[in-house]
Amino acid sequence: MDLVQMQKSLQDYTKSLFLEGILDSQFLQLQQLQDESNPDFVSQVVTLFFQDSDRILNDLSLSLGQQVVDFKKVDPHVHQLKGSSSSIGAQRVKNACVVFRNFCEQQNVEACHRCLQQVKQEYYLVKNRLETLFKLEQQIVASGGMIPAVELGF
Amino acid sequence: MTREELPNLAESKLTALVVDDNFVNQSIHQKLLARLGITNEVVCNGKEAVDAHCSGRNYDLILMDMDMPIMNGIQATKRLREMGIESKIAGVTTRANEGEKKEFMEAGLNDFQEKPLTISKLLSILHKFDFYVQT
Repeated sequence: MDLVQMQKSLQDYTKSLFLEGILDSQFLQLQQLQDESNPDFVSQVVTLFFQDSDRILNDLSLSLGQQVVDFKKVDPHVHQLKGSSSSIGAQRVKNACVVFRNFCEQQNVEACHRCLQQVKQEYYLVKNRLETLFKLEQQIVASGGMIPAVELGF
Repeated sequence: MTREELPNLAESKLTALVVDDNFVNQSIHQKLLARLGITNEVVCNGKEAVDAHCSGRNYDLILMDMDMPIMNGIQATKRLREMGIESKIAGVTTRANEGEKKEFMEAGLNDFQEKPLTISKLLSILHKFDFYVQT
């Protein structure tokens, strides 16, 4: 694949993430902050998000797995994950967390278990897609090209 | 606003403190400030923010999260005002219902913005505090 084709593939792939609602405009904000002094800013922040989320999801699994669920422990974790997913533009993860928090408020254990599965599903989806995006970017840079700006046009 | 149009406030020599327990938000808020030329530091909770001031450090602007362990944003804001700290404090939180916002504002905030923080929200904060005049 030549450089122009790779750049077009990246643009199309990035657009698809927005069209599917996996990412929202906050991700564009992160890209706007990236510059020559910190050319890996987006991937660094997203990596932090992955590390943070892995830890939170593990803690949530443990908390919800207790015989008596302590929602005072569960809710802050979901709040944290909602906050960081919102900050990087992981829209579907954020939305799943909103639903999760509502069931935490109701102290509905069964629903919370389902919510945790939904959050995990959305998280692994965005993680997979962003890792692919960064690989495409690396291929372009390795070929001596520039990462094209995304024009969403909607 | 495009990347190239972002104002550079480095000449103003503004300083800021980011108070947030979430590493993702810390990273983003610090970068937002740095892109506008604002020197900044970060602490992980309200108590560390208070301790920073007790050790003699002072900032033009404080970006204060609400939910933090050990000392939350409301407690920290109240404490800083009791200490006579007159820095501009902007609450930045995902909690946006009117009751929570009112409680946070009454603790002594000068402004409140809902997360996620963006360039335009930060410029709005700076404009409100007369740190940035749009030309």
